[in-house]
Amino acid sequence: MPDVLQKNPENTAAAPAAAAPEKARSLWGDAVATLLRSPVFLISGLLILLLLTVAFWPGLFTSMSPYDCDLAHSRQGSAPGHPFGFDVQGCDVYARTLYGAKASVEVGVFVTAGVFLLGGLLGMLAGFFGGWWDSLLSRITDIFFGIPIVLGGLVILSVIKANTVWPVIGFMIAFGWPPIARVARGSVITVKQQDFVQAAKALGAGNGRIMLRHIVPNAVAPVIVVSTIALGTYISLEATLSFLGVGLQPPTVSWGQDISTAAAQYRNAPHMLLWPAGALSLTVLSFIMLGEAVRGALDPKQR
Amino acid sequence: MGRYVIRRLLQMIPVFIGSTFLIFLMVYALGDPVTAFFGDRRPDPATAAAIRHEYNLDKPLWQQYLIYMGKIFTGDFGTAFNGEPVVDLMARAWPITIRLALLAVFFQAIVGITLGVLSGLRRGRALDTSVLLATLVVISIPTFVMGYLLQYLFGVNWNIAPVSVSAAAPLDELILPAIVLALVSLAYTTRLTRTSVSENARADYIRTAVAKGLPGRRITVRHLLRNSLIPVVTFLGIDIGNLMGGAIVTERIFNIQGVGYQLYQGILRQNAPTVVGFVTILVIIFLLANLLVDLLYAVLDPRIRLA
Repeated sequence: MPDVLQKNPENTAAAPAAAAPEKARSLWGDAVATLLRSPVFLISGLLILLLLTVAFWPGLFTSMSPYDCDLAHSRQGSAPGHPFGFDVQGCDVYARTLYGAKASVEVGVFVTAGVFLLGGLLGMLAGFFGGWWDSLLSRITDIFFGIPIVLGGLVILSVIKANTVWPVIGFMIAFGWPPIARVARGSVITVKQQDFVQAAKALGAGNGRIMLRHIVPNAVAPVIVVSTIALGTYISLEATLSFLGVGLQPPTVSWGQDISTAAAQYRNAPHMLLWPAGALSLTVLSFIMLGEAVRGALDPKQR
Repeated sequence: MGRYVIRRLLQMIPVFIGSTFLIFLMVYALGDPVTAFFGDRRPDPATAAAIRHEYNLDKPLWQQYLIYMGKIFTGDFGTAFNGEPVVDLMARAWPITIRLALLAVFFQAIVGITLGVLSGLRRGRALDTSVLLATLVVISIPTFVMGYLLQYLFGVNWNIAPVSVSAAAPLDELILPAIVLALVSLAYTTRLTRTSVSENARADYIRTAVAKGLPGRRITVRHLLRNSLIPVVTFLGIDIGNLMGGAIVTERIFNIQGVGYQLYQGILRQNAPTVVGFVTILVIIFLLANLLVDLLYAVLDPRIRLA
């Protein structure tokens, strides 16, 4: 948990700047100030920055290609110039681990954005208008909760296969929005009953204006928190689907696939399993830590 | 109470129909079971048409669904493509997975709640911090990575647990797979219990209990824990779906021939009757478990009246 009282010497510049003027800070300004003082946020932020760099420019860290394989080196351990050794096909594990970051980051970011928009929108409409629309949405989310997401992924993605990340992203948005919609709905219902919304209504503001100008800015915090924490679990889910053979397909390099092929041989060559699995776990960990830090900053109950 | 249960059972009907129709739609509309039946070869059109007619696949989808549901209520779940009745497959697979899942829920509840109470009562101390850190790490390691890791350590390296579970799947062989299956949920249970306990520990009734001189253990178990369990129990109910998804992965790693195994095989071979049959039972279990959770609310907190 981020400790508000803890003084972090690296951030003394930010703290007085935020504390000196006595004017009231907004929730967001307050949250940013809390985040910059949180060691959890700084550590996870650095890790994610590193991860993004690797995902977009893997060539900065290695001159080898993940497809440049030599069967003569199959399953060999580390060698000069190949610190992580070789996999079954004789490909360089270091290069494949670096190039695998891209798919995971893409899936995580796009699914989170999609789920945030779709779930947020549907949840907001249900919470704002209530009535039959709300009951319908509740029943639909109940239906989705009854089918485990891994199972849905196996059924849908075993039929729709493509060499891009888009079917996986589309499926995960289609099955991932209900929990976000529930959070958004609850948050909107709380905000809807507050006085400023009544005031806006009394002044003659239309539904669209009330929702966009008054409800969204005040109800969005819990949705952001849940989505950020979910980002890590989406990356984990993508790897699970790829591990089961229905997620990303070759030639896309992904940690899930590499773990799946390495797992069959882990007794003889544990290094093939270790690196992609470690990279995957570290990535999920840093996004979950980021989510925890954001929760600490945005949820006043946690302080 | 009786009326509440009946009303809840009635409310389950649309959700049951929705979930089963969704999976029916996905299995039958996305793939072509008859083509799958013939594998890589192209079927003879006349034979294909005859099979379509025999399995009612030439009718509109909603009619197929109605026919299927009608049969289910007479105990006929159809026939898998290898000619074996799906009911026989279920009779073999469900007992194994139920044993695995119950064992996992047992670990999840006992270990998760105990750790959660211990760290919730010592918020900010060393134990609390290490529990928080450990749960964070456990949540971050995907189930399949954790599965191989523990299989390697306990099965291959130290040789104290079986690497692969035998066909009969006795309880002692299922302990390691159940731990793997439970771990992520266990971490969430711990965190949820911790938050709930540390919030309730400041409540007035706890101060009263301390003031009237009750022993610490009694305060924790009877007063604090009972009042803190409702969100935890809710989570355990909703989590059964995740547990079943995790079972697909865990059963694959430890070669357990349970529901997850049958579903995985069924889906990859587009064996539609198997998939829909198993998922139908899965949905029923999920709905009943959540009804049980709602009934538990009233046991935990008598102020909640079920009506």
